[in-house]
Amino acid sequence: MRVLIYTFTICISLIFLSNLVLADKWSDQFPHIKNTGDIPGECSYESMSKKDYSGRTLSINTHAVPVMGEPTALHAEQFSKLTGAKVNVVHTPAGDLYAKAMVPFQAGQAPYDIVFGFSNFIRDWMQYLEPVPEKYVNMRQMQDVTQSHIGVASWDGQMIQFPIDGDRHYLKYRKDVIDNPKYQKKYKADTGKTLKVPTTWKEYGEIASYFNGWDWDNDGELEYGSAEVMKKDDLMFAAFFSRSAAYSKNPRTPGGFYFDLETMEPLINNPGFVEALDDWIAATKYVPPGGINFGLGDEINSFGGGQTLFSFSWDDAFVKAMEDGSPIKNKVGAAPLPGAEKVWNREDNSWDHGYNQAPYIVWGWASAVAKKSKNHDMAFDYLCFFANDANHQADIAIGRFGVNPFKKSDFDPQIYIERQGWDRLIAKSYAATLMSMEEYSTNRVFPLRVPGVFQFTSAVATGTSKALAGQLSSQEALDEVADEWKKIIKRVGADTIREAYAVGVALEDNKN
Amino acid sequence: MNFRHKFVFLLPGLLILIGILIFPIVFTVRLSLSSWDSFFPGLDFIGLDNYIRLFTDDKRFWESFFRLSFLSVTTVLLQYIIGFSLALIVWKDIIFQRFFRVLFLIPMMTTPVIMTVIWRTFFHESLGPVNDFFSLFGVTPLWLSDETLAKVTVIIVEVWQWTPFMFLLLLAGLLSLPKEPFLAAAIDGASPIRKFIYVTFPLMAPISIGAIIIRLIEASKIMDTVYVLTSGGPGTATETSSFYIFIKGLREFQMGYSAALSFTYLIIMIISLTIIAKLLVKLLINNN
Repeated sequence: MRVLIYTFTICISLIFLSNLVLADKWSDQFPHIKNTGDIPGECSYESMSKKDYSGRTLSINTHAVPVMGEPTALHAEQFSKLTGAKVNVVHTPAGDLYAKAMVPFQAGQAPYDIVFGFSNFIRDWMQYLEPVPEKYVNMRQMQDVTQSHIGVASWDGQMIQFPIDGDRHYLKYRKDVIDNPKYQKKYKADTGKTLKVPTTWKEYGEIASYFNGWDWDNDGELEYGSAEVMKKDDLMFAAFFSRSAAYSKNPRTPGGFYFDLETMEPLINNPGFVEALDDWIAATKYVPPGGINFGLGDEINSFGGGQTLFSFSWDDAFVKAMEDGSPIKNKVGAAPLPGAEKVWNREDNSWDHGYNQAPYIVWGWASAVAKKSKNHDMAFDYLCFFANDANHQADIAIGRFGVNPFKKSDFDPQIYIERQGWDRLIAKSYAATLMSMEEYSTNRVFPLRVPGVFQFTSAVATGTSKALAGQLSSQEALDEVADEWKKIIKRVGADTIREAYAVGVALEDNKN
Repeated sequence: MNFRHKFVFLLPGLLILIGILIFPIVFTVRLSLSSWDSFFPGLDFIGLDNYIRLFTDDKRFWESFFRLSFLSVTTVLLQYIIGFSLALIVWKDIIFQRFFRVLFLIPMMTTPVIMTVIWRTFFHESLGPVNDFFSLFGVTPLWLSDETLAKVTVIIVEVWQWTPFMFLLLLAGLLSLPKEPFLAAAIDGASPIRKFIYVTFPLMAPISIGAIIIRLIEASKIMDTVYVLTSGGPGTATETSSFYIFIKGLREFQMGYSAALSFTYLIIMIISLTIIAKLLVKLLINNN
């Protein structure tokens, strides 16, 4: 019996050691995964090395370097070395990704096997895309993806986009200020209120205004209250929806956040959205000079560079702040988006008083395989390889890559503590914040994913930017947006939009 | 050689002309009569619906058109004044003449988008060097966030980038002027100012008109500067027609409607530039 136990132990040890040897083998060749080595899986380095795509060419249209463009190119090079495939990567500015794929799609051509874009393109693109084969949907790697992001990548239960990134908007704050006893005392003395992580947008505004325009971190430079994406057409509508969710996403009135699903009447100019836009106009007073013209890059650099107390949008500003060499590494915190003390009830046409908070599972980077591509097998293998555990864990540690958590295993704080040197408490609050939004909230807002989505979002950007610039009041601006939305609905067809919108509403109403 | 032979020789040129000029215009007109967008690709026929929408229900296009008119007339006027002044300076025998001639041309030789990115960095309100300088005097102008100043910033960048083109044309004009009228003016004892008003400027009128019209055509397509510098903001304060057409066509993918916008815009520009050219001829040449 003893001999049997010894033999079994030796065998297990040998298997374990052989894995380590393999891990070392791959991380030696590919330093990108030096922290983890290869992690076994269906699309691991080891698995891919057994494929032979010699003599075949894969074409990819992706974003410009570095955000998403750099990891695409890096993984293309690795894929090429492993499989023998030739991989051509074309880099395109964000604003042109939609058109660059859409023009050949509509012309019936397939110059790219793989297209990168935003997840909210899904309704416009899906007729030209190859659904993700069952083989990939059922693999262990995919089982690790959060249900929210399975929903984001799927249409009516069918996975269309291959998950490679996860996005949500959340609050980022300077922990060294908010948790500083000296400032807590000063804030109490000056305002009579407690300095804490804001849980409502009103608190956010009060604290940001208080810490606006003075040198609170003693670096000889002025600091400001908040950095936000306010530049017209530069993703600003997403920032507006983040601010609107708390006032307008009422868990007691299912059936639509952007439209009333039954009537397809736009809700964008109801008092909930107007209140959010009023708050946003007030925010122009506590952003850095020129903050009204900040795009996403400016927001990342502003908060990530230590210029502001708060920020909210995608992960990038937080990741940049926590990168090695950042002057504010381990001085920032993550928290859910602020809520509100009231939420609009569109059925009763009145405010429901009481705390309300709604995470915004915002659209993010997405990738898919063209239906007309002749390289479906190779294209899906590439995407699967891109998102394998070893690549993914290395990618999320590099802020400029734009790859953010979307797997359940990403929400283990130990990853950030051990591999990225994050403070234990910060890592825990970061992981808990993301996890609570993704897996536990039942009052979430999902991105608008209907035909002609850009027409709708462009109207929001134009209307809200007019309000921020003082050209129109909040109500006037949103009335203008609602009018524009009605015209789009009329052009595209209410039933067509309703059919598509119902898919998103089902996610918001937790029916999927 | 009969008519057929001539036609054969003309055919390649004619085909190229049809291919690169006539076909795109005809296709644009056809596209403008369709509802092609992201959801309904294809050349269906919806009659004049897009044009009716443009003339009855698109205030934003007309606002952007009047904004464009203001920006292009202002920038070209400034470019003409500055370009003419610089050309007059290096027309004379001055020290380092060749150096200055090349120096004044440098902005035009740079890539507009790259230079606009650099200007945007200069004018960045909280991180840019321009406001670092102004903060010494206790002010931080909102170059890109204030409605009026954003227009001023666009004008500054456009004038900087394209004045050299005006300078080049006007300098070439000055160098080709006959010497006799100047000798006669000198014999008559005309002062430099009178010489400019009564000799140089009238002689330069035809070239000036050509330069102004060329620049007006170019300025009326102003797009990259606005795209990079302000994205048409704040609000719609710097949104020009071409930027608006870009948004409708390549952002919102309303291909049919943006074709209607483009074609209407083309017709308006042809008519207005023809009128401007005639007015300038009347004003600068006939009066002289």
